[in-house]
Amino acid sequence: MSPEPPVTGLLDRYAEQAGLDAIEQLRQLARLLTGLKVVHVNSTRTGGGVAEILDAMVPLMQELGLDTSWEVIEGNEDFFTCTKSFHNALQGKSLDIPPRLLRAYEDVNAMNAERLRPVLEEADVVFVHDPQPAPLLSHCPGRRGKWIWRCHIDLSHPYRPVWKYVRRFLPGYDASVFSLDAFAQPMPHPVYLIPPSIDPLSEKNLPLDPETVRKVLEEFGIDPHRPMVLQVSRFDRFKDPLGVIQAYRLAKDFVPGLQLVLAGGSAVDDPEGEMVVEDVRNAARDDPDIHVLSSGHYSDRIINALQTGADIVLQKSLREGFGLTVTEAMWKGKPVIGGNTGGIRLQLVNHRTGFLVDTPEGAAMRIRYFLTERHRMAQIGQNARELVRQNFLLTRHLREYLTIMVALIHGNEDRIELG
Amino acid sequence: MIDFAIKDCALAIMATGRRAQTLRELRDILRDIHPGCIYHHFWGTLLRPQFIDREYNNDFATWCHHSLHDGTAAERLAVIDPADFHDMEELRQELIEVIDERLDETEVMLFARADQQFHFARSVIVVFDTYKRLSDPRELVDVLPRLSVGSIFYHLIDARRREPIAVDDFRAWLMGLGAEYAGLCDSLAEIDPYFESLFTLRDRLTNVLTSYFYPEPSETERGPAAEGGA
Repeated sequence: MSPEPPVTGLLDRYAEQAGLDAIEQLRQLARLLTGLKVVHVNSTRTGGGVAEILDAMVPLMQELGLDTSWEVIEGNEDFFTCTKSFHNALQGKSLDIPPRLLRAYEDVNAMNAERLRPVLEEADVVFVHDPQPAPLLSHCPGRRGKWIWRCHIDLSHPYRPVWKYVRRFLPGYDASVFSLDAFAQPMPHPVYLIPPSIDPLSEKNLPLDPETVRKVLEEFGIDPHRPMVLQVSRFDRFKDPLGVIQAYRLAKDFVPGLQLVLAGGSAVDDPEGEMVVEDVRNAARDDPDIHVLSSGHYSDRIINALQTGADIVLQKSLREGFGLTVTEAMWKGKPVIGGNTGGIRLQLVNHRTGFLVDTPEGAAMRIRYFLTERHRMAQIGQNARELVRQNFLLTRHLREYLTIMVALIHGNEDRIELG
Repeated sequence: MIDFAIKDCALAIMATGRRAQTLRELRDILRDIHPGCIYHHFWGTLLRPQFIDREYNNDFATWCHHSLHDGTAAERLAVIDPADFHDMEELRQELIEVIDERLDETEVMLFARADQQFHFARSVIVVFDTYKRLSDPRELVDVLPRLSVGSIFYHLIDARRREPIAVDDFRAWLMGLGAEYAGLCDSLAEIDPYFESLFTLRDRLTNVLTSYFYPEPSETERGPAAEGGA
């Protein structure tokens, strides 16, 4: 017998943000899957976009009547060093990984499989997020459900030797999901495309009152009366924090009151972050208007206040799977200046929702433009918020997961008509 | 009276791994690509999450304009109305015809940037019944604003490729109810579904139906009191 969905009112709260129609559609779709056992597996409970999405997605799936759980694999330092190297190499960095680390990767997965096997083999649908837990499938010979490899990173130009190693764990999956077609690699199974989303009910995205925002800014020594540009991201070379500092310096010649905030926590699975923070601190050392917020974990509410208090949000990445911070800023009605790369290129439309730039010089020019043409900022912010509401909230993301599950269970025909 | 069965649908979009960097490559792939890809790049784009407003009614035209910078090809591809074609094969032939014509008159081969290639995708459409039924067209006025965009897509867009009538489901239903709704059908036919988001289309449909069933009283019907006199 199917379990009764827990009644928490969560869906009603999403309806206030995404619209009743979107929620009613989720209920209808979920009815086709009621009682299914669904398991998500990733490598960290906190930090990074995947954990954020699962944190919101899992309770929603539960409330829709799917028997959903979230498992996290436990790793050691070698394992996370290895998977961080995967992350960099799969996004294009030439990086050979020592056999010792690859052994740690495989051993950690084998150990976790011992613990998780009963849950995974019994599940109707298993979503395995990113390369970290990918080998779990090979340790579950008694699996009965559909296994989906969900790749959140940009695999368009992977460093081939590392991709060749990782992909050997993937053929057994029933499907893969990539964020964009340009990020996908050929697979021996169906490849679906689902752009990521943001959670409008998370602490990071709920509206804040101006007083709260002001207090947070002052807490970090940021003057709320002077213009502020912000980049929120992990301290990672692909996010180009040094390029952001260069852009700020070029713009500050014309806007002397300008302040820059670089804020980002580090995830448990990111040991390289500390080195990047050190470089950023060195570059920012002589300027009190550059605020590097890197020590410790900043609450989502603080990040929200920084985004809400910013005049302009930057995401000047050199490589980006999909800029969640871009979508978050757009949801808060902020103009965004983003690196002309990956998913950001689809998120930002010049003059409509922000600007795409290729260089620090380009970013500086657009900062100056926005701070001069302030009326455009409000207009662009309004466009951006509505686009996100219609297309990039968690409810749309969930709808597509449900659709894929239905498609896989019903044979993946071009057209599936159900009662 | 026949009831109107409200259905809903959702798309799962699939990558094919095939991509084009020039108009010639686009044509070559179109020759043998799965017909579901052609459907997806004409209609699926409406139900796909995206950040841009629709400028052209299909992805081929959009790509020619934005990535190949071939405005002529974009404009010619954009005037193709997929509803004019009996099936995907006929539509495929028309696309190839238009591209061939453009290739014949072009002396220089234009290339898209490597990171702006045309990626062929297709969609799996999952259609499901909402078990809501309408027996009177007036009910549409209340129900339409609350329909999901998936329902709007299914009844307004997807219906156009369903034989034998090949018009949207709203008109198909109204036509079946007799001549009394002919005027309403004409008004609904004026909605061009290819340029606006499904959210906007839902608003437009609602407005047409509201105006038809609950017209604003004319100046004479309102009388002098309504004009502010007393």
